[in-house]
Amino acid sequence: MDALDLARWQFGVTTVYHFLFVPLTIGLGVFVAGLQTAWHRTGKEQYLRLTKFFGKLFLINFAMGVVTGIVQEFQFGMNWSEYSVFVGDVFGAPLAMEALLAFFMESTFLGLWIFGWDRLPKRVHLATIWAAAIGSNISAYFILAANAWMKHPVGYEVVDGKARMTDLWAVLTNSTALAQVPHVVGAAFVVAGGFVLAVCGYWLLRTKEDMWRSAARAALVMTAIAGAVVALTGDTSAKLMYEQQPMKLAAAEGLERDTAGAPFSIAPGIEIPKVLSFLSTNDPDAVVQGTEDLQARFEKEFGPGDYRPDETVVFWSFRVMIVFGMATVGLSVLGLWLMRRRREMPRWLARALLWALPLPLLAVTAGWLLSEVGRQPWTVAGELLTASSVSPGVSLAEVATSLAIFTLVYGALTVAEIVLLARHVRKGPDEHEPVPAAERREPSLMY
Amino acid sequence: MIDLWFVIIAFLWTGYFVLEGFDFGVGLLAPFVSRTPAEQRQALQTIGPVWDGNEVWLITAVGAMFAAFPAWYAGMFSGFYIPVMLVLLGLIVRGVGLEWRGKVAKPFWCDLGITVGSALPAFVWGTVFADLLFGSATAALMGGVFSLAVCLLHGAVFLALRTDGPVRRRARTAALAVSVVVVPVAVVALSAVGTIPALAAMGAVAAATALVWRRREGWAFTAMAAALVLVSVAVFTELRGAPLPGLTLAEAASGPYTLTMLSWIGLIALPFVLGYQGWTYWVFRKRVTLPVVSSPPRATV
Repeated sequence: MDALDLARWQFGVTTVYHFLFVPLTIGLGVFVAGLQTAWHRTGKEQYLRLTKFFGKLFLINFAMGVVTGIVQEFQFGMNWSEYSVFVGDVFGAPLAMEALLAFFMESTFLGLWIFGWDRLPKRVHLATIWAAAIGSNISAYFILAANAWMKHPVGYEVVDGKARMTDLWAVLTNSTALAQVPHVVGAAFVVAGGFVLAVCGYWLLRTKEDMWRSAARAALVMTAIAGAVVALTGDTSAKLMYEQQPMKLAAAEGLERDTAGAPFSIAPGIEIPKVLSFLSTNDPDAVVQGTEDLQARFEKEFGPGDYRPDETVVFWSFRVMIVFGMATVGLSVLGLWLMRRRREMPRWLARALLWALPLPLLAVTAGWLLSEVGRQPWTVAGELLTASSVSPGVSLAEVATSLAIFTLVYGALTVAEIVLLARHVRKGPDEHEPVPAAERREPSLMY
Repeated sequence: MIDLWFVIIAFLWTGYFVLEGFDFGVGLLAPFVSRTPAEQRQALQTIGPVWDGNEVWLITAVGAMFAAFPAWYAGMFSGFYIPVMLVLLGLIVRGVGLEWRGKVAKPFWCDLGITVGSALPAFVWGTVFADLLFGSATAALMGGVFSLAVCLLHGAVFLALRTDGPVRRRARTAALAVSVVVVPVAVVALSAVGTIPALAAMGAVAAATALVWRRREGWAFTAMAAALVLVSVAVFTELRGAPLPGLTLAEAASGPYTLTMLSWIGLIALPFVLGYQGWTYWVFRKRVTLPVVSSPPRATV
C-alpha cells in the first residue's frame, strides 16, 4: 500500500458513498414536486400529506448528498493535485458551472421551500420545489459532462504538459456525456422509484389507505419509464464504449482476443454467439477488440505498462448492474400490470418491493465501478495515468488519516440515516393536515 | 482577464466569509442564547432557510479556483491537507446536524455536530489564510482565533438583528461579551497585516461593537459585514503577488479561452444568483419569534 492506493481507495469510498444519496435526491425531488403539483391541482388532502411525508424523507437524504458532495469537490485538489493541474483548464469549467448554475439554485430554493410553506403564495411555493428539483438535475448534467471528459476527452489540446480547452461546446456536448446523462439520471429515478415503492409496500402491508396506492402507482410509472430510458441509453453507451473505450468493453466481457462475431458472455463459460458484436455495432459479424490484443497495441502507442483494468471487478460489476437494475424495473412493470384499472397491490408484491429496496442502489454502485474501474489505468483516457495524477507532496500518513476519518464518519452517518429514515417511514404521514392557524407560526418541516 | 478572475474569486470567498460567518456564529451561540428547546430552535431558525445557500459560495469559490487557477487550487488543497480535511469534517457534521435536528427525538448529537461543525471551519479557514500571509505557526494560530472570534461576534449581531424576545436580549449581551475578546484580537491580527483595508476593518469591528451597545442592530450588522469584506480585501490584496509561496497568478491561470468562456457564464449567472438569494433574505426578513402555541408536541420529550 502506498499513498496512491489509499488515495484511490478514498476516492472510491467517498464517491460510491456520495452516489448512494445523490440518485435519491435527483429522483425524489422531482417526485415530491409532482406530489405537490397534484395537491395544487386537485386540492386532495392526501397529496399534501404525501408531499410532506416524502418531503421529510427527501430532506433527511438531501443533507447527506450535499455534505458528501463537498468532499468530492475538495479531494481533487487534496489527493489528486497533479491531475487537477493537468485538467483544471477543461475539467474545472463544468464544476464551476455546476456550482454557479445549478447548486446555488438547488440549495437556495430548497431553503425557501422548507421554510416557505406559510410565507409564500401557494403557487410560488410550488415553484420553489420545482426549481430545487430541476437544479439537482442540471447539477447532474455538469458533473457527468466533467466525468465523461475523463473517459473521452474532447475539445482540448495539450500545451506545455497541461490540457487547454479549445471548445467548451464540444466538452458540454461530448457524445459520451450525452449518452451518460440520461443513463445516470434515469438510473437515479429508478433508485428513487424503488425507494418510494419500498415505502409504499411497507404501508400497503399494513393499511388499505388509498393514498399509498396512488403513490405506488405514480412510482411504478416513474420507475418503468426511467427503466426504459436506462435500457435504451445503456445500449447507446455500449456502442460508444466500442468506439471510445474498447478496453473497458473487452474487460466487461472477458474477451481476450480480437474476435469477429464476438459472443456475449452471461457468466464465464456461458456465451450467446455473435450478440456482443451485434450489441456493439448492430452488425453480428463485426470485430470486437480483446484485452490482450489491445494491451499489445497500447504498449506500442503509449510505451511499456499494463493498460488493462481489474478485469474481475469490471466483468462482475457489469453483470450486477444489469441484473439488479432489470430486476427493479421488471418488478415495476409487473406491478403496473397487476394494479391495472385500480386493482389492489397483491401482498406478495408489496413484500417483494420492500425487500427489493437495496437492488437499484447496488445496481448504480456496480454501474459506477464498471465505469470508473474500467477507465483504469487512466484518469484521462490516453493522456494522463492515474499513477501520475496523485498529489506528490501528500504523505501516506495524511491520506491514511483522512481515509480512516471519512470512512468512520461516513459509516456512523449511514447508520444514523438508515435509523432516521426507518423511524420516519414507520411513523407515517402526520394526521393533522392542514394544521390549525395558531400552530402555523412554526413550519412543519423545520429544525 | 487573469486579474478579473482573481477579483471574482476574491469576491466569492468574500461572499462566503460574510454569509457563512454569521452561520458559524449562530451555530456556536445557539445553545448559549437560549434557555428552552423552543428558544434554541428559534435561534437556529434565523439561519435555517439560508445556510445551505450560503455554503454554496464556498463551493463556487473553490470550483472557480479549480477552473481559473488550477495550480492555485491544487497547491492550496494538497498543501493544507489536514486543515482542509478538518473543514470538510466540520461542514459534514454541521450540515447533517442542522438538517436532521428537527427530525430526531433528542437533538443532542445534532447539536454537538452543529457546534463542532461551526467551530472547526471558522477556526481553520483563519489559520489557512494567516499561514498563507505570514507563513508561521504563531500567525496561523492567531488567524484562527481571529476568524473564530469574528464569526462569533458576527453571529451574535445577526441573532440580535433577526430574533425577538429573550433570545434577542441575550444575543446582544453575547455580542458585547464576545467583543471584549474580539476587539483586542482584531487589533493585534489586523495591525500585523497593517494595510489600509486591514486598519479600516479594525475600525469597522470597533464601530460594530459601539453600535450594538447603542442597540442599532441593523447598522451593527452592516458594520460587521463591512469588516469581513475589508478583511477579505486585505487578505486577497496580499495574495495577489503570490497566491501560494513561489507561485504567481499568471503561472497558475487557465488559458485565455477558458477564462473568457467562464467570464460570460459568470456574467449571465451571477445577477440571477444574487437576485434569488437576496429574495430569500427578503422573504424571511421578519424577526423570528417564538411560536404562539408554546411548542409543538415533538418538543416535549
